[in-house]
Amino acid sequence: MNLIESFRIAIRALLANKVRSLLTMLGVIIGVSAVILLVAIGAGVQGEVTSTIEGLGSNVLFVFPGVMDQGGGGFGGGGISRPFTMEDVQYLQLRLDNVDAVVPMAQSSGTAKFRSASVHPTIMGTTEQGRLVTSATLGGGRFYNRSEADAAARVAIIGYTVKERLFPNVADPIGQVITIDGQRFTVIGWLEKQGGSLSGDQDNQISVPIGALQRLTASDRIAIMLVKVTSINDVDLVRAQIKRVLAPRFGDQITVFSQDQTLGIFNALLGTLTVMLAGIAGISLLVGGIGIMNIMLVSVSERTREIGIRKAVGARTYDILSQFVIEAVMLSVTGGVVGILFGALGATALSSLVPTSITPWAVGIAFFFSAGVGVFFGVYPAWKASQLDPIVALRYE
Amino acid sequence: MTTPEAATQGRSVLQVLDVTKTYVLEGVEVHALCGVSLDVREGEMLSIMGPSGSGKSTLMHIVGLLDRPTSGQVIVEGQDVVGMSPNELAAVRNKQIGFVFQSFNLLARTGAQANVELPLVYSGVSGSERARRAREALDSVELGDRLHHTPSQLSGGQQQRVAVARALVTDPAIVLADEPTGNLDSRSGVEVMDLLQKLNASGITVVVVTHDANVARHGQRIVELRDGRIVRDEAVADRLNARDELVQLGMNTAADAASLGARP
Repeated sequence: MNLIESFRIAIRALLANKVRSLLTMLGVIIGVSAVILLVAIGAGVQGEVTSTIEGLGSNVLFVFPGVMDQGGGGFGGGGISRPFTMEDVQYLQLRLDNVDAVVPMAQSSGTAKFRSASVHPTIMGTTEQGRLVTSATLGGGRFYNRSEADAAARVAIIGYTVKERLFPNVADPIGQVITIDGQRFTVIGWLEKQGGSLSGDQDNQISVPIGALQRLTASDRIAIMLVKVTSINDVDLVRAQIKRVLAPRFGDQITVFSQDQTLGIFNALLGTLTVMLAGIAGISLLVGGIGIMNIMLVSVSERTREIGIRKAVGARTYDILSQFVIEAVMLSVTGGVVGILFGALGATALSSLVPTSITPWAVGIAFFFSAGVGVFFGVYPAWKASQLDPIVALRYE
Repeated sequence: MTTPEAATQGRSVLQVLDVTKTYVLEGVEVHALCGVSLDVREGEMLSIMGPSGSGKSTLMHIVGLLDRPTSGQVIVEGQDVVGMSPNELAAVRNKQIGFVFQSFNLLARTGAQANVELPLVYSGVSGSERARRAREALDSVELGDRLHHTPSQLSGGQQQRVAVARALVTDPAIVLADEPTGNLDSRSGVEVMDLLQKLNASGITVVVVTHDANVARHGQRIVELRDGRIVRDEAVADRLNARDELVQLGMNTAADAASLGARP
């Protein structure tokens, strides 16, 4: 009997037991697709955050008031310190060399309305130099200029989601007047779609001059200053300079992070998330594997009798084994491929909510683990049965 | 129909020489067969009879190469099979022996034709030739119109007829039937015995194992086993003819009449 005949027998046996074949494949499908999906989410979020931070450029320094513990990866630590004000920003800007810009950033949330539509975006406040330290690109209109920033003009650049929600029927939102917490702002620009991230939907944002935000929130606090260094070679120099300049005002209650350090903090955080997701994925894989094992073991008695019948009419050990190996491999590989498809489809479908990125090693591990379990539990009982005398296999209960 | 005398004078297709089989069950030795010798002649229809526990099924399994004897010789078509490897035994079972079991032992969820084709698959017969021979075999057991019915869609009698078709499709030297009527109603049982007698009339050696004296009387010779030994070996004086019995049972339906009338 040749290999083609073995394939025919295996296919015939699989088709004769459709439910069993489907259930076995289901185990592989669930395991493979769950792992692919979960790891894709973990990797996607990490990639998104990384690219956002990297998008700022490696010559940007993040200046926070207070002391942040970088090693622990948390933002909770720190001594007592007052927040920055615009005065601090100007003070620092005047005393730093070798920098392109010192950009203050503050944020709040608010309600933005246009006619009957309303959204609840994050309101970002910055200066005209804010565009130097952001990865977002304008889809239309312009950024606010220096005089608008200085005058705290009521102009707004809206994120993609805000544009879609507030202006579903308006072709060009530029020049339209919206209200933010009751105050009227003129839309002067909108941003291209950026996608979500851990820190929330980056597209659900409105950027206004920082003075306008401070008036909205009736607060002069500034959360962070971003310092863009002219040359990457000067980053360490400027970092020391910032600490020195701010020392008379804040003492040692100042934290300056480079992009690498910020990435390090986020990666530590996201690493935990990825480990958690991988743990869940591992459980899915295990459950899928147990499912496969159960189906295979439950059908041992029927399959042992089948082996007895086949041997009685003249099947050799090789014939039996090749049939069962082919059956198990076909089921596992088909299930694995379907699982990969489902996982990839799911990851694509989810990408509008959460960034996802399909990782080849996760696909590989999930596929080979599930397929391995399928093949082992498909072949091992069959191998044992094929060693029995035909009459013992026939009588097996 | 050949006479018993003629049959016993034929060539030997199967010889069993001083075969013993000892099982160990929970530390106790059970002697299923204690030195059985038997000679099955070509073209003969032999009944092996005995109560349950007499060793008749064990004997059939050894004769059919499904089980190995503890000692003794089994010679099929002149070949001593006791020392053969599992694969050599598989080849002999495939080419020389056809089985009919009490519990049918058909592949579940598999059509009648595919079941009948099974032995041919393992002897390397090509697909189209397999299909042709399987259909022919099913025609000969009056199931030519049930080619793709699965066992669960067939009655017990029909399943046993599929099993008979599977046994004869390889054109074996010998057909072994283990309690072939055991799971059947009396009419289906007689029909199966009729098929076996017809098979025998066409020249195939048939061995029927049964505990039922009436079933045994369909053969030309009865070997009776008791406690693992042969206690009787004699020709049947008043042999039953299954076709006469069917006539006596009455042709209940037009379909029966048609199927009987269609027989050669």
